[in-house]
Amino acid sequence: MDSKLFPEGVQRCSLGKFMLWLGAVGVFLLWGIYAAFIILYNGIGVTGLDNYFGFGLWITFDLAVIALGAGAFFTGFLKYILKIDQLKNIVNLTVIIGFICYSGAMLVLTLDIGQPGRAWFGYWHPNVHSMLTEVIFCITCYCMVLIIEYLPLIFEQKQLNRIPFLRHLAHNMHVNMALFVGVGTYLSTFHQGSLGGMYGVLIGRPYAFREGFFIWPWTFFLFVLSAVASGPVFAVLICTLLEKVSGKKLVEYKVKSLMGKIAGSMLCLYMFFKLLDTWAWATGYLPSVGLTFDEMFYGNIYGKWLMWSELFLCGVIPAIMLITPAIRNRPSLLYLAAILDCCGIVINRYVFTVQTIALPVLPFDNWQTYVPNWAEWAPSFMILAYGALVLSLSYRYLPVFPQEHRLNAK
Amino acid sequence: MSHGHAKEFKVRWGMVVDVDKCTGCGACMVACQVENNISPMVRQDKENYLPSMTFERDDPSNKMRTLTWLMVYELSNRKDYPDHEVAFLPRPCMQCGNPACVPVCPVVATDKNEEGGIVSQIYPRCIGCRYCMAACPYHARYFNWFDPIWPKGMDKALSPRTSVRPRGVVEKCNFCHTRFLKAKERARQEGIDPNELPEGYYTPACVEVCPTGAITFGDLNNPEHKVHQLAHGKYAFRLLEKLGLDPQVYYLTKRDWVRKQGDNYLANEEPHAKKH
Repeated sequence: MDSKLFPEGVQRCSLGKFMLWLGAVGVFLLWGIYAAFIILYNGIGVTGLDNYFGFGLWITFDLAVIALGAGAFFTGFLKYILKIDQLKNIVNLTVIIGFICYSGAMLVLTLDIGQPGRAWFGYWHPNVHSMLTEVIFCITCYCMVLIIEYLPLIFEQKQLNRIPFLRHLAHNMHVNMALFVGVGTYLSTFHQGSLGGMYGVLIGRPYAFREGFFIWPWTFFLFVLSAVASGPVFAVLICTLLEKVSGKKLVEYKVKSLMGKIAGSMLCLYMFFKLLDTWAWATGYLPSVGLTFDEMFYGNIYGKWLMWSELFLCGVIPAIMLITPAIRNRPSLLYLAAILDCCGIVINRYVFTVQTIALPVLPFDNWQTYVPNWAEWAPSFMILAYGALVLSLSYRYLPVFPQEHRLNAK
Repeated sequence: MSHGHAKEFKVRWGMVVDVDKCTGCGACMVACQVENNISPMVRQDKENYLPSMTFERDDPSNKMRTLTWLMVYELSNRKDYPDHEVAFLPRPCMQCGNPACVPVCPVVATDKNEEGGIVSQIYPRCIGCRYCMAACPYHARYFNWFDPIWPKGMDKALSPRTSVRPRGVVEKCNFCHTRFLKAKERARQEGIDPNELPEGYYTPACVEVCPTGAITFGDLNNPEHKVHQLAHGKYAFRLLEKLGLDPQVYYLTKRDWVRKQGDNYLANEEPHAKKH
């Protein structure tokens, strides 16, 4: 029924099937929208957050999706600035993922801040000393860059592309894309870093505080590296998921393998510095403020298993897997390494957000635990559903994968 | 990256709390709540009730949600009877010289200003991101999870000079800032320089109400003020000095175990000599 809207020469499932899928996605969207109304009407007191845990699931979710969305800027940088041409086959997908991640994070943030009507104060009354100010600036600006990068893809939709103005606009945007990609790379590098800097500057929180270089704590650089080490393989995972769901080949395996190699190289670099940083923190900084490494952990919920999982199971192991061609070239092992890599980065964002503030710094205070409630889960699932919606519509109607036609030709 | 440096102020309002004198009666907490118009926790919002939209709130039993600008902690020496001892430690905002909370605020809603080095909170500016709360290791910052509700009649007893806060903003102890303004007004009327307030002109509510006189308040920089001497005394210490936050609240105790709970120490480490 809607086949005239499909990209040239590709097959899509029936409209009925597609609507059924959108209906399933819609359930989560509606659940999240209901939660958002409840939160905005009552106040964020309806969440599981409290005076100890001012940051919780939402901030972890934001940081995680922003890191995983880093595939957009990094792949764009490699494609348009360093001219790695093969990446043109997956760069559209990374842009869509980036757009979903950043716009989704901003949607969650509007719920997370106590006074959403004052969100613009970040621009109007900026504190130039705050890492969060930089994050506000760069995330909003970079989201605009992502929209600029996404637009030509929308204009290339078969019917829209018949309109001369849109066709020419898309063409001209493509011609100048390197400029936007450059701006995006600059903005994205800084806010990925500033998200890490946000925690590294917390002089009152020994779990997170780090020394650093000039105004940037080490976490600034570690967050940039960890984002570029996970973003590309997250795009590979999403691409593979799309392939499994649609039953089509969308991207050549060697492109995925290249993305794995890129992420693996960055992960090796990241793990080298992360292990050094952890060692220096545990043996240098902590004793200087009268604390020990063991005191940083509590029970199972904030246990050492999280750190060991992050550093080794989801850090060193996927790094080795991704840089070893024999492993990387086997699809199941590449996907496994990609999943471990992404899990490691999510754990990292979680412990920096939650464990940092769960740790009692006052000796007479106690560990507190945090469990998010339904009012926090629902908007998070809403964002996942929103992502699924944008991705589904984009895949169905936009020429996202240049190789799809060739790879599926009978 | 180096730790920030404390700004210098001509006047530095500070507090010295004698932990050995504190009985843990909680009068300071009550006085603080009344003076600063801190709303009680009410479970149901009957005024704005909408079926299936209005949710029940926390009652005061949820201590993770209470607004306690001044919080009295109970410290224990963790020994069994008959050696068991407790101490009570009132914790207002430390008004740090090098505050963790101020530089992180993205919208300059909190400031360490020249008026005596008190860390302020500008409620109409605050966007409620709670980054400052994550930054403060003393848990001195609190969030308004809901709009305040004043039970019938209680609104008539609000302090007229203190603004109430809406939901979604952070608030904290400001050494009863309205009393500071009032003290300066009085000084002007009496022809005294408001920037050199004599001792006793400016007294926060908790200091005034303490039945044992455990809390002393004044200008830490002024040798004529009692806090100046007390803060330099042999028994003075501050909370978490090693972190370099330079608090303007000092504590006194003659008990070593209490002093030792003021900071984190390694197993083989003893409390350092006092720094100022």
